[in-house]
Amino acid sequence: MTVEVTPLYIAPPATGNEILIDGYELVVGLEVHVELATATKLFSASANRFGDDPNTNIDPVTLGLPGALPVLNRQAVELAMRIGAALNCTIQPCTFHRKNYFYPDMPKAYQISQYDQPLNIDGFLPLPGGKKIGIERAHLEEDTGKSTHFGGTGGRIHGSTYSLIDFNRAGVPLVEIVSRPDIRTAEEAREYVSELRAILLAVGASDAKMEEGSMRCDANVSVHKPGTPYGTRCEIKNVNSIRSLGKAIEYEARRQIDLIESGESVRQETRHWDENDGRTHTLRVKEDADDYRYFLEPDLVPLAPSAEWIQAVRDALPVLPDARRALLSEATGAPADGEAAMVVVERGQDAYVLAIAAAGGDAARALIYVKEAFAEEGSQDRVPAADVAALTKLETSGAVTATQAKTILAEIVANGGGDAAAIATAKGFEAMDTSVLETMIDQVIADNAAAWTKYCSGEDKAMGALVGAAMKASKGQADGKQVTALLQARRIPR
Amino acid sequence: MSNRITREDVVHVARLARLDLSPEAIERTTAQLAGMLEHFEDIDALQLDDVQPMTQPYPLRNVFREDVVRVGLDRDEVLAAAPSAEDGRFRVPPILGLDS
Amino acid sequence: MTQRTELTATQIAAGVRSGSLKAADVLDRHLARIADRESEIHAFNLVLVDQARAGAAAIDDAVAAGHEVGPLAGVPVALKDNMCTRGIPTTCSSKILEGWRPPYDATVVTRLAAAGAIVIGKTNLDEFAMGSSTENSAFGPTLNPHDTTRVAGGSSGGSAAAVAAGFAPTSLGSDTGGSIRQPAALCGVVGVKPTYGYVSRYGLVAFASSLDQIGPFTNTVEDAALMLDVIGGHDAMDSTSIPDPQPSLREAIRHGVDGLRVGRITDLPSGADPDVVARLEAAFDALRDAGAEIVDVQVPAFGYGLTAYYLIAPAEASSNLARYDGVRYGMRVDSPDTNAMYGATRAAGFGEEVQRRIMLGTYALSAGYYDAYYGKALKVRRMIADDFDRAYQQADVLITPTAPSVAFHVGDKGDDPLAMYLCDVYTIPTNLAGHPGMSVPFGTGESNLPVGIQVLAGTLNEPTMFRAAAALERAVS
Repeated sequence: MTVEVTPLYIAPPATGNEILIDGYELVVGLEVHVELATATKLFSASANRFGDDPNTNIDPVTLGLPGALPVLNRQAVELAMRIGAALNCTIQPCTFHRKNYFYPDMPKAYQISQYDQPLNIDGFLPLPGGKKIGIERAHLEEDTGKSTHFGGTGGRIHGSTYSLIDFNRAGVPLVEIVSRPDIRTAEEAREYVSELRAILLAVGASDAKMEEGSMRCDANVSVHKPGTPYGTRCEIKNVNSIRSLGKAIEYEARRQIDLIESGESVRQETRHWDENDGRTHTLRVKEDADDYRYFLEPDLVPLAPSAEWIQAVRDALPVLPDARRALLSEATGAPADGEAAMVVVERGQDAYVLAIAAAGGDAARALIYVKEAFAEEGSQDRVPAADVAALTKLETSGAVTATQAKTILAEIVANGGGDAAAIATAKGFEAMDTSVLETMIDQVIADNAAAWTKYCSGEDKAMGALVGAAMKASKGQADGKQVTALLQARRIPR
Repeated sequence: MSNRITREDVVHVARLARLDLSPEAIERTTAQLAGMLEHFEDIDALQLDDVQPMTQPYPLRNVFREDVVRVGLDRDEVLAAAPSAEDGRFRVPPILGLDS
Repeated sequence: MTQRTELTATQIAAGVRSGSLKAADVLDRHLARIADRESEIHAFNLVLVDQARAGAAAIDDAVAAGHEVGPLAGVPVALKDNMCTRGIPTTCSSKILEGWRPPYDATVVTRLAAAGAIVIGKTNLDEFAMGSSTENSAFGPTLNPHDTTRVAGGSSGGSAAAVAAGFAPTSLGSDTGGSIRQPAALCGVVGVKPTYGYVSRYGLVAFASSLDQIGPFTNTVEDAALMLDVIGGHDAMDSTSIPDPQPSLREAIRHGVDGLRVGRITDLPSGADPDVVARLEAAFDALRDAGAEIVDVQVPAFGYGLTAYYLIAPAEASSNLARYDGVRYGMRVDSPDTNAMYGATRAAGFGEEVQRRIMLGTYALSAGYYDAYYGKALKVRRMIADDFDRAYQQADVLITPTAPSVAFHVGDKGDDPLAMYLCDVYTIPTNLAGHPGMSVPFGTGESNLPVGIQVLAGTLNEPTMFRAAAALERAVS
């Protein structure tokens, strides 16, 4: 929702740091809808549950039956406040409005939303690189039902002959998080959404699954030359993954620049991202006829969270991903905005990595192990940190190779724990005596004379065959790195 | 509020309200609303600048329910009362010309 | 003349509870009167003979078995047909809801059942409670039991007529701008609109959410107190329900009016017929004789209530009635696409007055007009409430005529919506302020037809309002 009272945003002067596309700067603001992880709906006691049979989570309020009245879910307010607090917002007294429009999946023909007095305003979200993206507002509203279209091609609304409506989702609590137009690249947009997602998961406000629609993203995209006013913006809908968000923004920026460059102008409209053809298409042109006739919802009373409640929410906030990545970086030496730290924090496994380190393990190895081998949700809960710690020590001491450690780790994870040393012994993973290895290398050279000759004549590619043969000869027990080093030492450059 | 309501206004409002009014009904409604709105001009005489709008009679705040699921409605009973239903859902003709 | 039920609700409940009366016999006497006169009055959209008989038998069985029964044990109650009754058609006297059976009960219905009351039928109303004569019903008008060439008032005309005709000792109506008090006055019965939030609106089909209140029709002030004691009180299903417990009104009416300050609104809009004005003067005299002090007060914004109301109520209604779209329940006119279905269904399903108010309300909220109409009306609403609050510093209650005239003839105000709207000029400001108000029969006027006197009080001052009403009742009985 865009409230029309927002003053015209004047672009700040150019700083020289803009990332330009053919001389144009991209300006993006995001509107992200997240379904809250409550047991019930925003205004009634029917279940908020994804994936149930159609129309099984319905009650008089959900269906907008005559005489039904909304009553606000306290937990939805609590979760919305957590989002506000985590996004550094001011949490304020607020009201609910009716947004009137007809659509078959909108049961009352109005949506209860927040208009000029939203719950959370004026926050920001720091991207992993440090840039702060402004948050204009994060307000509560109810979700709509779901329409499925039949008779056309591919479930499209166009050409369909009828539609079926399921109201299970109607009334599910949503928070709409509206960013300021501070995003300048598609990459920043992706970072913003994935960081927001990590925050939502961390505070327990939502499961934030884009593929199930519990997190949905609309992008307002415009382009302009630095130092000139912002261009006309288009709203891009139907972006169903973080990856397609980036693609959609890039496509849309290109489209707008091409329009302007060819002497045409950008028309304010809502556009639909088509994943199949990788383009955006006009959904509807913004009309003056858009008239939602907002007025204060008379069936609800104002919401004014007490200072104590707000403070309690702020006090109970967990350490947020930003700070957790910093902590992990400090413990492991890996970069805070590197892939390993990002992934592990997003999965909520950073505490586990630190526990492995606390159990005497090598923190850097632990980070890699967890990123690689604990992709399954909750898998960390089944494996004692001490077992993994023991394995990191086995590897860093050279007792097992990295390859062997990986095999042992897979077994430990599969079995919910295990003694790394014992597994290594059982598998015969003993680090080979260097003299045994040297003898074996000599034999490999003798057996692969052709490859050896090529290698010695400077064909580095031939090394692969030699290492492969050595590994085969050692039945996988040799350390690949050590084999390479020994082969290199034996080469007589010509 | 001196601008008199026009036929075009009434056509626009009927579209917003999703009422298919006949041309006669449009004419009649235009005349009737104009008469009413003229009568309602009496409040233009009031000095209202410093008056706060009143939207609800009784000043309540922070009314909540706890987040506990209660048994809802029976789908079959509800769909039996629907004008058209199919496959556990409400059926409607093609959705065209609607803003979403 | 009307055929009053010979026993009040209070007497019926006492008799049934003690075993001296059978609920089944009480019900049969009322069903007999319905059989006798309903065809000429048309108070009901539906009479629930079998269900009521089963309910009465259950009460009698419970009493016979020595079980505790509620304070309305065996009391027949008629419900305005805009209150949801599970499995029983609830039409709002509109074609758009014809045949719809709600899958749930309104809170008042649940409370009546728990108190042992017997729902005898669903009563006629102006479609979606929009009107002042019950002529706007899609199922034909309700006629006045005192003179069937005249209207019963509205919009709760069916509920008022049902009590006046002796079809039931009590009924429930809803009052958005006078829809309980005005028909009560025209039919010569007691009708109460409580403080906004006193009675739960859950299950009351909304007209204008910030104005609607449910209240009783009865033959006596005591019965009205009994009914409100049962249906009133906090309901967690209605966010606007007042959480504080309310004192018993039956207790309140034991006290007289000695020393009570009764306000005369000196700047009350003129326009009441002379016979009605004469009854108002008689009411002041009666209260003075009973020991009250009459004081002059001013409510300068009173006369602006009509305008504020006819902007606010239609605005809310335009949104509340948007849900009748032919998708989930009620009527549908088949059309090639959904948007066409909306327009066709709503044009065919709603009557003319309802469509007029939806149009007016949509216009008042629409872009470019909100500030000039709806926004301004909300400010006038505040002025009216503030004016009343000042008046209630000088007076405990105010009295006015309930309606400008006695019951008018059917069709008299047919072509002029504004003339009909003026019927509510004295009742509307109370709804805007959210205050309680009630109409008490106080003798007769022109053509020997009943005149009602309206007693008004400040927020939650029902106890004092009932004391004054009881004093007026005593003066004419």
